[in-house]
Parts: sequence; structure tokens; C-alpha cells
Amino acid sequence: MSTIQPNIEQPVSEEMALVRRAKRGDDQAFEELVRRYDRNVFRIAQHITQNREDAEDVVQEAFLKAYGNLAKFQEQSKFYTWLVRIAVNEALMKLRRRKPERTVSLDEEVKTEDDSLPREVADWSPNPEQMYNQAELRDILTRTIQGLPSGFRTVFVLRDVEGLSTEETADALELSIPAVKSRLLRARLQLRERLNRFFQKKASGDGDQ
Amino acid sequence: MKCSEFLNELTNYLDGALDARTKSELDDHLAWCHNCYVVCDTTRKTIEIYRDSELYELPDDLRVRLRSAIMSKCAEHKKSNPSTT
Repeated sequence: MSTIQPNIEQPVSEEMALVRRAKRGDDQAFEELVRRYDRNVFRIAQHITQNREDAEDVVQEAFLKAYGNLAKFQEQSKFYTWLVRIAVNEALMKLRRRKPERTVSLDEEVKTEDDSLPREVADWSPNPEQMYNQAELRDILTRTIQGLPSGFRTVFVLRDVEGLSTEETADALELSIPAVKSRLLRARLQLRERLNRFFQKKASGDGDQ
Repeated sequence: MKCSEFLNELTNYLDGALDARTKSELDDHLAWCHNCYVVCDTTRKTIEIYRDSELYELPDDLRVRLRSAIMSKCAEHKKSNPSTT
């Protein structure tokens, strides 16, 4: 079975050259960094906050904060990872202000006892893209990921949607690598399980699951 | 290998982050365990479908507006903190 490959791989040196120009006061270089990453920051922010206005604010605040703190950026990580850390913090602050979440431990050992495994699992066939039109599919995917606890959602978005490595995700979220791996496994399994209800139901045709 | 052991390694398996020996043990398990094969396959599809979904794309007009707001705030910041940037 094929493995999942990272989504984006920017050449670091070119990015660092822009960062150094921006540090020396070249605003055009900073604007190029904004251009390069604004879509990613917006997507991450909206996934975390689940609110369009908040996401717009986060994009502005994150870039402004990055601009004001460029001198403190040590260049030990990619600029993008550093920017993501700022954006995630801003987004989480907005989220907490808007709706305080139940405190549940996200980092318990994953329980995958044989008893808890599904007895009958059916494949997704035909492919979900063939079963639903684009708008329906987008709606299902949005509602499904919004149902995950924010700690799982954030790890999934950074790792699997934005293509950060495990180490970069750990760095951006200030989590340990085992915590990232454990949350990622649980996020992936929970999403799969939730999507299964949509993608399996239509295939079986009974509509009552 | 038990199904629970397979599931614990699922993320490493999908990410290609396993040594050859563990990977081959997992491949062997997948060859006979249909349930784990389906869970593995649909988890991979879950990741791919989200990656390709283009949820929350930033519309071009909003993008331009945000970038111009950011750059003008940066300019203000530079004026009031000439030494920091």
C-alpha cells in the first residue's frame, strides 16, 4: 500500500534569503513571504477557529506579529514553521475566547484493543468523489472535521493538510513528538470512522445506518 | 501480529516511517486481515480526500484586501518602532 507523501516542500535557502532581506527592512521581501503563505495561514486559522472573521483576523495578526518579531527569529527552523506557530497561538486564543472547550486529556495512550475493532468493515466504493458532488463533499468534510476536538483537528491539519513533518508539527504546537503521533493516529481514525457513515451508507444503499 | 498492534503502527505505516522488518510484518498482516486492510485503505483515503479538498480557500479579492491591510499595518509599525525592523 502506498505511503502518504508531504504536501509541500519549499526550498529553504530561497525562503531564508527573503527572510534576511525582510530583516534588513525590505518590505517587498516581507510582502513576498505574505504572498507565499497567506493561503496556508488562512486555512489553518479557519480550521482551528471555525469562523471566517476570526480567520481573517488571525492572518493579519500573525503576519504583523511575525513582522514585529523578525529580529527575534533565530533561523533555526523554517520561517514557515515559525509563522505557523504564531498563527496557531493566535487562532487558539480566538477559539478559547469564543467557546471554552471541555478539558479532556488528548494524550492518553491510544486504546486499540482487538475488542474495540469494527467486526465488519466495508470499503468505500465507489470513491467518495463519485458518490457526491463537490459542494456536498465539501459540506461533509467540513462538518466532519469540525466535530473533532481542537487538539486533534490542529495536529491533523498541520500534518496531513498542510504537509508539515512530525517534527515541525511538534515544534509549531510545542508538543512532544509522541504526543503529535498519538493525536495524529486518533484524529485520522476518528475522521475515518465519521466519514465511513457517509461513504459506506450510500454504497450499501440501505440508508438507515 | 494482532489487529491492535497493527492499528498502533498505522500512522507510521502510512507515513512510511518504519524500518524494513516492521513494515514487512505489517504487510504480512494486511495480506490476510481484510478488516485491517480496509481500515488502512480508507484511512489513507481520508487523508488524501482532506488534502485534495480545497476547504477554506482564500478568495482572491479577500486575499488582496488582507495583504494590503497587513502591509499598511507593517508600515505603521515601522514608523512607530524604527529600530525593531
